[in-house]
Amino acid sequence: MYGVSQEQLDQIDILLVQELIDIGVHSVIIVDVAGNVIAEHDNGNSQCDVHAFAALAAGNFAAVDAMAQLVGEQEFSVHFHKGEKESINFSKVNDDLLLITIFGNDVSLGFLRLKTAKIIEEIISIWKVTEY
Amino acid sequence: MGFVNVKKMEVLVKLVYYGPGRGGKTTNLDYINQKYKERIKTDMVSIKTHGDRTLFFDFLPVDIGKIKGFDIKIQLYTVPGQVKYNATRKLVLKGVDGLVFVADMQEEMREKNISSFKQMQENLAEMNKDITKIPLVLQYNKADLREEGIPLLDFDTIDADLNGELKLPAFEGSAITGYNVVKTLKKAISLTMLSFKKELL
Repeated sequence: MYGVSQEQLDQIDILLVQELIDIGVHSVIIVDVAGNVIAEHDNGNSQCDVHAFAALAAGNFAAVDAMAQLVGEQEFSVHFHKGEKESINFSKVNDDLLLITIFGNDVSLGFLRLKTAKIIEEIISIWKVTEY
Repeated sequence: MGFVNVKKMEVLVKLVYYGPGRGGKTTNLDYINQKYKERIKTDMVSIKTHGDRTLFFDFLPVDIGKIKGFDIKIQLYTVPGQVKYNATRKLVLKGVDGLVFVADMQEEMREKNISSFKQMQENLAEMNKDITKIPLVLQYNKADLREEGIPLLDFDTIDADLNGELKLPAFEGSAITGYNVVKTLKKAISLTMLSFKKELL
């Protein structure tokens, strides 16, 4: 079992809202590789079942990671699924965490990726796990 | 690995149902889903083949109440049982906190139970988890088939096969009728929460 402090979670929440939700991202979720939801925010219009989404996202990421190794890659650190109205971007934060953003056509993928890269660096500097 | 969210005051726990193919893992979750409908706010997620076999996993989150002010959310998963899906089973086992091994009591399933149990032990060892330390409950499923005259292993035989050395909690069960499904789940949850006890208290 593990956890992080409330202060760390607060810092991460502020980052997610200010850097992603405020630029038009519909929903952002941080999950761990076990499928646990670590942090989540949305623009108030999301109908997504976050826990089911996290379980599927962690499974999906793990499956693609296994595929990467089969083709001789260490990992595919970014995955992107394009939909008609909603798209999903998966980014690996570190060995334990994934950052998932769900966004519409009004957000540029390039801009989102720049933002995501910056946020990931910040999350890594914030994330100090306490193992019990 | 269970995650303690001090901000939301919740603890997320991952409990995995493991066992041979067609042993009744998904049926356990189906029964729990029906039985505790009012406590389960979301639909069960299943990734299945066209033939209705589990391809990746089933997922069912269950809220079991509070301990020391923390909401305890148990996230139930099944692994795919078919032999060829071991790589997928390992993915589902990532971060597991507790396990239920669902064995099939039919005589013809004896070897499959044993090899599935051994493989579970190996998969856990690869993740540096010791089968003697991780919370684990055994369920010997399909006891209802006895009434239909289908040859079943008796409790002592299947228990000696799988549980001879470990002496873990084990129950005869019938996932399709619900017999001992909840008892198995409750035991697995209580063992898992006991393993967390020191941290929560």
